[in-house]
Amino acid sequence: MSKNLVVRFAGEGGQGVVGGSEILAAAAAQVGYHVQTFATFPSQIKGGPAWGQASISTGPLLSGGDYLDILVALNRYAYDHNVQELREGGIVIYNSEDFELDEGGRAIGIAADQLARESGNPRAANMIVIGAVAELAGMPLSYIEQFVTKRFSRGRPGDEQIIEGNIKALHMGAEACKGSFSLGSPIEDPTPIEGERILIKGFEASSLGAIAAGLDTFIGYPISPATTMLTFMEANLHGDDYFVGQSSSEIESIAAILGAGYAGKRAMTSTAGPGLSLMGEGLGLAWMAEIPLVVANIQRGGPATGLPTKTEQSDLLVSLNPGHGDMSIPVIAPGTVEEAFWAAAAAVNWAERYQGPVILLSEASIAERAEDILKPDLSLVREERRTVSDGSVENRRYEGDGVSPFPVPGGPGAYVANGSEHDEPGDTTHLPDVHVRMTHRRFNKLDVLMDGDYESERTDAPVALMPWGGSKGSARGAYNEIIEEGEDLGWYYTMYLNPLPPALLDELRAKELVIVPELNYLGQFSRVLRSMGVNAQSITQYTGLPFKVGELKSSVREQMRAESGKLARV
Amino acid sequence: MSKRNPDYDFKWCPGCGDFGVKRAIESALVQRSTEKQESVEHTVMVAGIGCSGNLVHLQEGPQPFGIHGIHGRTLPIAYGIKSGRPDLNVLIVSGDGDFLSIGGEHIGPQAKRNLDVTAVVMDNGVYGLTKGQASPTTEFEAVTPTTPYGKLDDRMSPLETYLSAGVGYLASTLSTQVKQMAELISDAMDHPGFAVVHVQSPCTTYNDTYAALKGNAKEGIEPLAFPIPDDHDPEDFMAAVTLARTGRVPVGLLYRRSDSVPAHERLRAARERVGVKQLSVDEILTGMAI
Repeated sequence: MSKNLVVRFAGEGGQGVVGGSEILAAAAAQVGYHVQTFATFPSQIKGGPAWGQASISTGPLLSGGDYLDILVALNRYAYDHNVQELREGGIVIYNSEDFELDEGGRAIGIAADQLARESGNPRAANMIVIGAVAELAGMPLSYIEQFVTKRFSRGRPGDEQIIEGNIKALHMGAEACKGSFSLGSPIEDPTPIEGERILIKGFEASSLGAIAAGLDTFIGYPISPATTMLTFMEANLHGDDYFVGQSSSEIESIAAILGAGYAGKRAMTSTAGPGLSLMGEGLGLAWMAEIPLVVANIQRGGPATGLPTKTEQSDLLVSLNPGHGDMSIPVIAPGTVEEAFWAAAAAVNWAERYQGPVILLSEASIAERAEDILKPDLSLVREERRTVSDGSVENRRYEGDGVSPFPVPGGPGAYVANGSEHDEPGDTTHLPDVHVRMTHRRFNKLDVLMDGDYESERTDAPVALMPWGGSKGSARGAYNEIIEEGEDLGWYYTMYLNPLPPALLDELRAKELVIVPELNYLGQFSRVLRSMGVNAQSITQYTGLPFKVGELKSSVREQMRAESGKLARV
Repeated sequence: MSKRNPDYDFKWCPGCGDFGVKRAIESALVQRSTEKQESVEHTVMVAGIGCSGNLVHLQEGPQPFGIHGIHGRTLPIAYGIKSGRPDLNVLIVSGDGDFLSIGGEHIGPQAKRNLDVTAVVMDNGVYGLTKGQASPTTEFEAVTPTTPYGKLDDRMSPLETYLSAGVGYLASTLSTQVKQMAELISDAMDHPGFAVVHVQSPCTTYNDTYAALKGNAKEGIEPLAFPIPDDHDPEDFMAAVTLARTGRVPVGLLYRRSDSVPAHERLRAARERVGVKQLSVDEILTGMAI
């Protein structure tokens, strides 16, 4: 018996490959498996190579899995470009209406469209395939039946026929490959999971985390892979206290949430690389004029238009310093779907607390994947609000060398929020001593953000692994295997990339080597760490895809060997 | 310096048209406070970058809130302020470079949303603060530091631009007509929707148009400015377009859209019509239960 099952549906955009993987994952989650989905597709609506993957496990999942147990290939191209990732003993289900395969008995052709037509529902091709997958993986069809029944019991006339039709298609798919062959080790039955579980995508988690922390204004411009946050907000915020709007550009987005933040609102936008570049000047204004706001930057491949639908971690440096001049923008980067909820809540609270811009730095692979998680305990969500001016300092909004009370328009303390260097009332000045004083004030404000927590294990080891963001899962998989093999390796991780928790920085500085796996060419986080006195080296990948656990493990071990060789020579 | 802040040392050049605009705004804000029994802190002045934007620091009398942001973005900042705070009175102070060149892309979207703000645009036909370069409203063939052969781009007609973008309230005036300008600004702030008061505000250093605007009978110069005739119907869009296309400077109210429903009212009405219930975060999460 096996603990994991990884199934990839590969075909063309518009063929429902992503939908197929999501239905399978949702059905498996419902009977008690842990699941994670991942999808990749080109930047076009119909056509082009696309695939969706469902990882199903009896235990918590750290990553989407390195190798496929079952590959569903809807066309020849999909087969040719994905079969390399099939594990030994894996099975191919291919669309026999499109092409023929001779795979030495490990491939089975199914005419899914034809079978779907025969079932009476031409749109049931996905169900036919899922039936075949379940049969070959040794998963009881009743699992999928339960899911279909629940999903389509909507209290509408016709529900029953839809349920019946889908179940019929499921059985036809299973029947089509009955007795052919199966995976060597079918997946174990799930063990019941305690607690209230939900199936949620990363963009939903980060949207809801922000709302839970008191977000009331969201203004965004469509851009992959950040559009989903905008549409989620549009679909879910309707009350009088909320405003959601589509802007005419990212320049308008940042200026608008800045206006909202200035007027006392907790405001946010979502964007990706090109949009973040356009927001640079506006973020500088928010830093300079001390206005709370949050930008969720969902990283994709860059630069310029880059790889709009692929994943990368190459916006760290621009997030820390998105514009000209001296600034240091707080950055919180979630590593999992669950963390996306808490990171967004923390970003809203940080913006309120230090009265300035915060970047929630997520990435395509987190935003777009679904995971089963325990429903977040909302009683643990804090809702911080900026300290509002009572007018006692009259119009001296920028008085003092740190965070000071915020005058809200309509109330006392009228001042000018100014993007030019300014004195205490907010009037423009070019005096050297004022620029020095105000620069110190702005940087001092970061002192109130030093409360970020972090993970640490095996802190005595001289070499440590420290991933950031979405590389956390693969890195943790690699780390667990390395430890099981008897190596000594430290583990550090935090969502709070700027400012880093000071105690974490102290620990990292004491290491002989900190290995940073990250999805970019430059080794961006290790550069940052080195500039802070940490001997950090990156393991980089820039394929537009996440790390595979096995490959990452080899790279980490290689760096560990090189480091120990260096020590031996000394 | 301003009375409010003796340390502030920015000065406009003597004779700058912006002095007149400042007086008109001060007077309009005082009038609004009195008439509406509304504290001046309910007004936010959103300032652009350039000579005109500095008006926000020079304002005398009761102090409104101000935001002096980045070049060209007064309108999107105003959009954000009004998004959650339709109760605030938002007054934009900007110039021809800030509003029509770098910020030109924002006029259309705000006009189509019918954002309930008033923009006072001080047009001096030149980039003053950077020392005299050509702006969109600089005359064709004018020689400036950036147009050594004379300006090769046609002069933009701001009034036509506003009307074609869908601006629902449009007035045009001169910086010397302080009393009338104050009345127009008051009226514009009362208009429920996007209003522009476009002011010819000459730059005495780089583009002194006082004489051209008011003319000089002795030297045979016809005035560019002319009062809008009493029989003009400001609700007649095509009549407003005709005035805007004279190539001269009409003074008075060109256009007022009679069916103006501002952005926040449209949203409120749409929500009432559709009637979607606001779910709590807990309810949304529960809806995702496996």
